[in-house]
Amino acid sequence: MKNRLLILIATCVAIFAATSIARAQDETEKAVEKYRQMLKQDPWSNPGLLDSDRGESLWKTPAGPNKVSLEKCDLGKGPGVVDGVFAELPRYFADADRVMDLETRLMWCMEKLQGAKHADLVKDPYPKGGQPVKDLGAIATYVANKSSGMKFAAKLDKAKEKEVVALGHAIFFRRQGTHDFSCATCHNDAGKRIRLQGLPYLAKPEEAKQVVGQWPAYRVSTVQVMTMQHRLLDCYWQMRMPKLEMGSDVSVALVAYLVKNAEGGEISAPGLKR
Amino acid sequence: MRKISISIAAVLLACATPSFAQPISNADAARGDAAIPKAFPTAPADWHSRFVQDETMKQCSVYENAPPKAVAEAIQKREKATIQYPPDGNLMGDWKSGEKIAQSGYGLRFTDYPPRSASGGNCYACHQLTKAEVSYGTVGPSLLNYGKIRKFGAAETKAAYEKIYNAQAAFPCSNMPRLGTNKVLTIDQIKDLVALVMSPDSPVNK
Repeated sequence: MKNRLLILIATCVAIFAATSIARAQDETEKAVEKYRQMLKQDPWSNPGLLDSDRGESLWKTPAGPNKVSLEKCDLGKGPGVVDGVFAELPRYFADADRVMDLETRLMWCMEKLQGAKHADLVKDPYPKGGQPVKDLGAIATYVANKSSGMKFAAKLDKAKEKEVVALGHAIFFRRQGTHDFSCATCHNDAGKRIRLQGLPYLAKPEEAKQVVGQWPAYRVSTVQVMTMQHRLLDCYWQMRMPKLEMGSDVSVALVAYLVKNAEGGEISAPGLKR
Repeated sequence: MRKISISIAAVLLACATPSFAQPISNADAARGDAAIPKAFPTAPADWHSRFVQDETMKQCSVYENAPPKAVAEAIQKREKATIQYPPDGNLMGDWKSGEKIAQSGYGLRFTDYPPRSASGGNCYACHQLTKAEVSYGTVGPSLLNYGKIRKFGAAETKAAYEKIYNAQAAFPCSNMPRLGTNKVLTIDQIKDLVALVMSPDSPVNK
């Protein structure tokens, strides 16, 4: 009986401690949310927009061996159309006979229009901590920003698109490596944390809708814009897997699965992350 | 032909386990198996084993970590058989060293080569352990007072060793890595972690 009482008291203390930390965490999240609201009112205070601007000028500047700009790149709504395209990606592109997300499609345009080599584009595509997002990422930030305020409306209803979403679903739950980790290890439950970092429940549409549209995002901890493909590489690093190739079938499928879950969620890119 | 045999297998499986629909089809899982090695083209040869799933990983993946009873029992039996015990039978090491192992998330990531120190267990990423450490995760249950609650019993000490060595021997498809079986931690490190949760002197039980 005495033991039971002790256990009860211990449990209460534990719950109290956990709640006060959870409360501190909530406060942090509230502060970040307030900052996000301020950014909405004054978007120019978001450092990620500098990269978006850089992306816009890169989009229009002749580059690569062919010395042409990306202005004839077809991101899904016809050559050169940027407004609203991100809200309908990933999608199937007949010319490439492949489902592509934004970054993969930009890479394709750099190859086909500008004459860039695929091997060069995938070799070292992401910045080190503290360095600004690389050119392709800046362009992705610009294109995503041109759908900011819209809702995710990728149809993903063609047979090949459905296949890619199903592949993404299977990969999201695929356990592998030295630690048996999958995406679901961290992102298949509500209200969980790693250390003090909250984890979004990405398999659940309600939560996916709130967060997926924030990428590419300005990450305060690494002082840079991080794209979705870069974010996925970071997850696989933590999962003790090797370097995930930008534009691989695995990364495209995961983006398609996440965007499908986030269907109807608002795009606010570049977002702001801890 | 292969597609047909896969769908026949899927139908048979669906009939055999009517109450537990497998959320991920074997065909989609097989496409994942094929896609994964291609997505990591720069991986060194000795990392290729990380792409391959053993039977337990496969089953937990296609059932989204909620396997039907028969599968869960098979996993538990298989995983239990992998547990190796210290030759001298002593399951408790040094809790102070255990605390360091619990704090460290170092090891086996591609930035961790060549190894600069022993791999950690990163227990705090998911578990509360001591009152002093307030930066703890909640993916796993709180382990505060773990040994005290279990009255520091010998059978409980053995169970703790087994859970750390291979969590799936106790909880099939647990999110927790099979730290001993997958050689993330050594037997000595696991003993130190057992001491961290089971020793009366440990801050976990203070």
